[in-house]
Amino acid sequence: MTINDLPALSLVPKTDVTQSAKDFKSDQEVRWCPGCGDYSILSTVQGFMPELGLAKENIVFISGIGCSSRFPYYMNTYGLHSIHGRAPAIATGLSVSRPDLSVWVVTGDGDALSIGGNHLIHALRRNVNLKILLFNNRIYGLTKGQYSPTSEQGKITKSTPQGSVDYSFNPVSLALGAEATFVARSIDSDRKHLSSVLAAAAAHEGTALVEIYQNCNIFNDGAWEQLKDAETADDLLIKLVHGEPIRFGKDGNKGVVRTADGQVAIANVAEVGEDALLVHDAHREDPALAFALSRLSEVHTLADTPIGIFRDVKRPSYDRLVREQLDEAREKKGAGDLQALVRGNDTWLVG
Amino acid sequence: MAKQVVQLSQVIIRFAGDSGDGMQLTGDRFTSETAGLGNDLKTLPDFPAEIRAPAGTIPGVSAFQLHFADHAISTPGDAPDVLVAMNPAALKANLKLLRAGGTLIVNTDEFGKRAYEKVGYTANPLEDESLEGYNVIPIALTSMTVEALKDFDLSKKEAERAKNMFALGMLCWLYDRPSQGTIDFLTSKFGKKPEILKANIAAYEAGWSFGETTESFAVQYEVKPAPMPTGEYRNIHGNLALSLGLIAAGQLSDLPIFLGTYPITPASDILHELSKYKNFGITTFQAEDEIAGVTSAIGAAYGGALGITTTSGPGIALKSEAIGLGVMLELPLVIVDVQRGGPSTGLPTKTEQADLLQAMFGRNGEAPVPIVAPQSPSDCFFAAIEAARIAIEYRTPVFLLSDGYLANGSEPWLVPDTTTLAKIEPNFTTEPNHELPDGTKDFWPYLRDPETLARPWAVPGTKGLEHRIGGIEKADGAGGISYDPDNHDKMVRIRQAKVDAIARTIDPIVVDDPSGKARVLVIGWGSTFGPIGGACTLVRDAGLDVAQAHIRHLNPFPSNLGEVLAKYDRVIVPEMNLGQLNMLLRAKYLVDTVNYNQVRGLPFKTDELAGVITDVLKSL
Repeated sequence: MTINDLPALSLVPKTDVTQSAKDFKSDQEVRWCPGCGDYSILSTVQGFMPELGLAKENIVFISGIGCSSRFPYYMNTYGLHSIHGRAPAIATGLSVSRPDLSVWVVTGDGDALSIGGNHLIHALRRNVNLKILLFNNRIYGLTKGQYSPTSEQGKITKSTPQGSVDYSFNPVSLALGAEATFVARSIDSDRKHLSSVLAAAAAHEGTALVEIYQNCNIFNDGAWEQLKDAETADDLLIKLVHGEPIRFGKDGNKGVVRTADGQVAIANVAEVGEDALLVHDAHREDPALAFALSRLSEVHTLADTPIGIFRDVKRPSYDRLVREQLDEAREKKGAGDLQALVRGNDTWLVG
Repeated sequence: MAKQVVQLSQVIIRFAGDSGDGMQLTGDRFTSETAGLGNDLKTLPDFPAEIRAPAGTIPGVSAFQLHFADHAISTPGDAPDVLVAMNPAALKANLKLLRAGGTLIVNTDEFGKRAYEKVGYTANPLEDESLEGYNVIPIALTSMTVEALKDFDLSKKEAERAKNMFALGMLCWLYDRPSQGTIDFLTSKFGKKPEILKANIAAYEAGWSFGETTESFAVQYEVKPAPMPTGEYRNIHGNLALSLGLIAAGQLSDLPIFLGTYPITPASDILHELSKYKNFGITTFQAEDEIAGVTSAIGAAYGGALGITTTSGPGIALKSEAIGLGVMLELPLVIVDVQRGGPSTGLPTKTEQADLLQAMFGRNGEAPVPIVAPQSPSDCFFAAIEAARIAIEYRTPVFLLSDGYLANGSEPWLVPDTTTLAKIEPNFTTEPNHELPDGTKDFWPYLRDPETLARPWAVPGTKGLEHRIGGIEKADGAGGISYDPDNHDKMVRIRQAKVDAIARTIDPIVVDDPSGKARVLVIGWGSTFGPIGGACTLVRDAGLDVAQAHIRHLNPFPSNLGEVLAKYDRVIVPEMNLGQLNMLLRAKYLVDTVNYNQVRGLPFKTDELAGVITDVLKSL
């Protein structure tokens, strides 16, 4: 993979030095709780950045509020730690006006899906050239343990002593419903998988939403544990790989098939046969199948949880379309003539 | 035979009709022709928030008032000399404004029983004695328009729609206004619909001929040009002037403009204007909400653009947190608030100046934001440039407080020579600005210019200056996160001192006191400049002495303001709110002001204000 193969990054200057993870570590002391899943995500991102080969000064991390939103302070790039929920909107202004930048948004389940839900869905539908990393730990951490929009119904937290009655969001389903062109999911502790998803996100022109299952070991410890534990993970995790039959479970005994009514279902491979399995097509224009896959997972038990790239389709980014209009206006009208503009077309002379 | 021509020094005309009758267009065209003749003029569109309220009802009445004269004038006028009422609702809603003995031109075709009963008349007001005090000119506008267009391939409804052009033609004859501008305008508007174009021109010409031949008009009036400084003039609305000022600021600073905004009355026209001028390097972003409007502008400013957001009072309420972020990040941001009647949705299409304290204090924490307010429609141009200058040179959000009256009102404007406008220096930082003990250099994002206290603006893409900023308190100079109590106290004071320091670069306030003997000062801000000026003129014409001053910079105030206030026995502060500037002046200068307040959604009337001033003068 070279940088020129990445349409999203073709306008971003390349580095002229050899970078390592160390170059992306800032001098700030990392202040997350010991054992927080954010550490491994930070380490993975810092380790992955050199792969892009971009000039470090042309990379910007923008965040909102929450534990995950401290992320920019720890990256030795440009960074902006903003206000709750607004990072996608701030990043939109920056990205649209600066095509030479690689703009990343770091957000959490509360920041992105609760207070910032509006900005998230509109960034997705516009397809602004942003890479959004949504750290989902199913809890409010920085405010010390209230339920979040991804907490499972019935969750007992500080603000829901009898259990939450809120129904939860599935971030992948939400993004697909919001016309997202790239939607993926990974896990904080799976460095290899997360790196591969980040690489695909970086290469995507437009908004890429990457949901990252992240552990908050203080207020919601073990929320994703069954997906990480080697004992249980194989049976629960569905790894989506473009172009390959969707197959999972111990020894690949389970798979995903399409049913007569057009839905998808889990089947026993031995019963239906390998040829009956659905072959994953992340580039499929119609998002219905990706949406159906996103609905497989069970909120409480985490059974049948797909990770990987659900959808990755081509649509011109908002940034590009805006730029084209500006270029077209300049071509047609020439650079602006301020005096002529101020004068207007309807004047009269006195004296 | 040509009719007698009577010279008038000034005329106030008010056009009133249904929202769908095209009164704003009629008013705009009459204004254009009047401007071209060299009269001084001021306009006041007065329309409902509803786009098309039920026809023939009071809520659906849309009006346009124009004051034009052969001398300098300061307001759209208190009481119209002429009211054009297209239906009973327009008559009922506007008659109380017409001066005693004024001319009332009514469209008799719309005065059927159902129509006048709909608005509460029990008898036809044209037939009883209720209009005796006026010079009533009944004209069958609709039927004459339909008759004039009978040879066109138009439905009756389509023909009736041209009645505003008939009325315009008639009035253009009556006041001797030229026609070519209107014909050119119609040609560009209806060029693709030749039948409609021809019909509108025919209706206009029929109206003109009717004026010339009817016995209803015994004379034709003429208002000579007003003496004005020589030069090239255009007519301009406040929102347009403000838009042009923002574009000029982009050119003067050589920065691309990014407007992040959400549609809201009465500010949306600024978005419409700026979106036309992409060739000036302007990006307009119609955001998903007010918050995204301002935050996208902050993002663009972080990237080195001139970030702008435009809205009205309710939008400011939504943007408050983000404006606080702007204060903390110390990035340039122009926040345009075209004020309207509040609170909440209030009076969306009416004017008010009740957002001053919101702009001043409407944020959490100590979050000072400079405030600039234009004083007339054309002044919006210069005020916008000034707001951008402060924003860029001091790295701060700046409020530009316009209002509905300035936004939609218009006046003649001596077109400025843009080459004489002062450049604005963004002065980007491109090199490390700080030396470590070991001699190596690094970048401190909050190391300030000792003169302005502005912090360096180093944009992404600048090699070696990678840094992180955010809404958390930062250490003085180095800019890292700091929760240190003394540091916070220091930073709060520095941010205030930076805004205070702007006073050094703003013009001292100027007092207008022609006799030099005034003991009373009338001081205002924003769009009340015209009405206050007009009132002072009336008071002086009556042989009394009064001084006028107008505040353009509301935060910080001009350095000499306290000194000026102290010179007068009485200071009157008229405002279209309950005393917001008054509160600030009293708090800051301990001056015993007299406030005069109206919040009617309309500009002050000069004769009322003159009465207030006279009463104060007599009390001395």
